[in-house]
Amino acid sequence: MSDAHAEAVAIVPKVRDRWAGGVRPYATGSKKLGMWLFIMSDALTFSVLILAYSYVRLSSEQWPTPFPFSPAIIFSTVMTFALLTSSLTMVMAVAAAHRHDHRKTVLWLLATMACGAAFVVLHATEWMHLIHEGLRPWGTPAEWPWPNTPLFGGTFFGLTGMHMLHVTVGILYLGIIAFGFGTKKFKPEDVEVSGLYWHFVDLVWMFIFPLVYLMSVKFP
Amino acid sequence: MDAHAEGHTASTPMVLGVWFALLAMTGIEVYLAYIHLAAALMLTLLMGLSVIKAGLIMAHFMHLRFERFSLFLTLVPAIVFCICLILIFFFPDGHRLLQMRPPG
Repeated sequence: MSDAHAEAVAIVPKVRDRWAGGVRPYATGSKKLGMWLFIMSDALTFSVLILAYSYVRLSSEQWPTPFPFSPAIIFSTVMTFALLTSSLTMVMAVAAAHRHDHRKTVLWLLATMACGAAFVVLHATEWMHLIHEGLRPWGTPAEWPWPNTPLFGGTFFGLTGMHMLHVTVGILYLGIIAFGFGTKKFKPEDVEVSGLYWHFVDLVWMFIFPLVYLMSVKFP
Repeated sequence: MDAHAEGHTASTPMVLGVWFALLAMTGIEVYLAYIHLAAALMLTLLMGLSVIKAGLIMAHFMHLRFERFSLFLTLVPAIVFCICLILIFFFPDGHRLLQMRPPG
């Protein structure tokens, strides 16, 4: 932030003057504001996916609850742990970037990517297990005790697949940021902005995990 | 809320505290799934905890607490309003569809 800007903010402390022009009303860089706006639109995308899932579940007479506490719920809890921990390492990366500690920033970013990759691998394993059981986006396995509910597969793969896509893209994004910051091409703000995206993907999982998994526990 | 974000780095103990709180709330959620509650109560508790978790992530990890309040006001109320509108329109309808289903 320029000195002139800081001065302008100090001179015009009143809220209405911030919107009169000549100063940044949010006191953030354009990249950060842009990422926040993207996150808000992406939040609506996930909201409607989650609401579509809830809508078809609510309007179906029977909805499969195919996840036994052990191993499926324990498995997805470990996935949640990996994602929460990746958020912690991301915060550490942003803090190191603001200290201009390039080596530690890259290491924390790599740790974040590793946790994200662990999440994707675990999730893909779980998908493969369900696909092996016979679950498809257009139908449920014949062996399941519930009547065939095609929308279960459709919403399950749609919702978790969209999230998995976001995590995968996030890993690539963090890789580019780690490379660029390590070679001193990128600024600390770029690391912070990538962190916003990463935390958002974590935040979305905090809704998918209870709604898709914990609400569908199979009791003997 | 109005403090300058520039130069501010969240303190490590605070961040660790938030991380532990998120893990603890996840643990409570998993425990709730283990003890098998009625669906409506379960959904209410889970969504309540999830909203708290989302708030913690946005406030601390995404730094919103340390940005200007105007940024919060620009971003959050609008999306909450949109989600409420979707809920108002679709949930009574989902329930109606269930009632209209032919028996058998």
